Amino acid sequence: MKLVYLDNNATTPLHPEVLEEMLPFFKEDFGNPSSLHQFGRKIRVKVDEAREKVAKMIGADPLEIVFTGGGSESDNFAIKGVASANKDKGRHIITSEIEHHAVLNTCKYLEKNGYQVTYIPVDEYGVVNPEDVAGAISEDTILITIHHSNNEIGTIQPIKEIAKIAQERGIIFHTDAVQSLGKVPLNVEDIGVNLLSISAHKLNGPKGVGACYIRKGTKRLHPLINGGNQEMKRRAGTENVAGIIGFSKACELASTFMEEERGRLISLRDKLQNALTEKISHVKLNGHPTKRLPTTLNMSFEYVEGETLMINLDLEGIAVSTGSACSSGSLEPSHVLVAMGIPHEIVHGSLRFSLGRENTEEDIDRILEVLPPVVEKVRAMSPLWED
Amino acid sequence: MGEEGLYSDKVMDHFENPRNVGKIEDADGVGTVGNPVCGDVMKLYLKIDDDTIVDAKFKTFGCGAAIATSSMITELIKGKKIEEIKQITNKTVAEALGGLPKNKLHCSVLAEEAVEAALKDYYEKRG
Repeated sequence: MKLVYLDNNATTPLHPEVLEEMLPFFKEDFGNPSSLHQFGRKIRVKVDEAREKVAKMIGADPLEIVFTGGGSESDNFAIKGVASANKDKGRHIITSEIEHHAVLNTCKYLEKNGYQVTYIPVDEYGVVNPEDVAGAISEDTILITIHHSNNEIGTIQPIKEIAKIAQERGIIFHTDAVQSLGKVPLNVEDIGVNLLSISAHKLNGPKGVGACYIRKGTKRLHPLINGGNQEMKRRAGTENVAGIIGFSKACELASTFMEEERGRLISLRDKLQNALTEKISHVKLNGHPTKRLPTTLNMSFEYVEGETLMINLDLEGIAVSTGSACSSGSLEPSHVLVAMGIPHEIVHGSLRFSLGRENTEEDIDRILEVLPPVVEKVRAMSPLWED
Repeated sequence: MGEEGLYSDKVMDHFENPRNVGKIEDADGVGTVGNPVCGDVMKLYLKIDDDTIVDAKFKTFGCGAAIATSSMITELIKGKKIEEIKQITNKTVAEALGGLPKNKLHCSVLAEEAVEAALKDYYEKRG
């Protein structure tokens, strides 16, 4: 059975060229970039080159890039770092209800530690209204953090408008762009952000490495990790050299292929969306119809439960994910879909298909062959369907 | 006990090949428990003769564990006397399935409650 992987928003396979690029750094190129001898100097040059490539990918200066242990660390660093460094100025943070847990739970942590957080609601498509952000600003506001695009539904936020509001009011603006990197154009100058989080494993890079962009002139963030002088004293610890090299290669490849891939993925995704809507009754798109990542399709199948669909697909070799409560350890349904005002019973029936560079038309045809009879079978078992 | 989030082979067997799915048109007792808002609803149909469960069928909206426990409870109660099935708890169902992930134990409670609800309906109908 050919396996079909449609969970690329969770993680992506490592690109073979990325792996090639990384291998020497697990072997002969083992030096510590902080060492002054030739073993170290050689690696320092490579890390600097990698920093340039990652910076170029988002239109930043290399000195504005801090390598981290991934997207969650970048979010933690940006939010806690700003909160701590600016606590004498104010203690209010603005975010949205549909952020990734790396942002939401960091904000909740700060709430327990003397900060106030405003969670901006979203509309039925998962879009934050910039006017709501403007309305939430108080004299005490020190940070606005709104994600660039959502991992569950793919909705892209009006990020430039929000950044402009923050800029006009002199408030630091952070965006979690983990899902957007390599999928849609991302330029820090164009957006006008102070801080931006990115991660390697969402664009066919390795896990455990990411970066936080910090605009020049932003008040120095307090580091999360204290220690040596690595990363311009912003993030201590010997660099994940192989990871950083892999990240930079993944950026280089993604920037080469992005335009072509975008068109290809949109057409595959739309084919899937249209055909599922045609073949299966009582189906609903979750997320914005157009302002959406090319990779993401989230749909609800009414009268059935998402985990049951997911496992049935898994038995057929197809990997997707669901916003159903039953699939999460917490037994809470997707906070994103709930915030969009979708009734809980419909949230439970949601599936996310997320495409990546390895997906083909054949993969889409395979789901279209498998999913309709699965939904029919599960509905036949559902007491809600008969009523 | 299965690891967090992982289903035992027994659970997967009942999920893939659920026993006794469907409805009994002239059921003597019907119990519906759970809530679609919470993500699981189980409807259990019983055919009872001489204080014995002669047939049991179910329909379930829910996750893998909810479907497997529904299937298993019908197996456990079929052919048994009412007095006997009153002894069956959610623990019995979970154990018969080779354990459930911790966060899915509530699904077995649903099965136990469905039996209670169907029996209550049976007694009410009988008067």
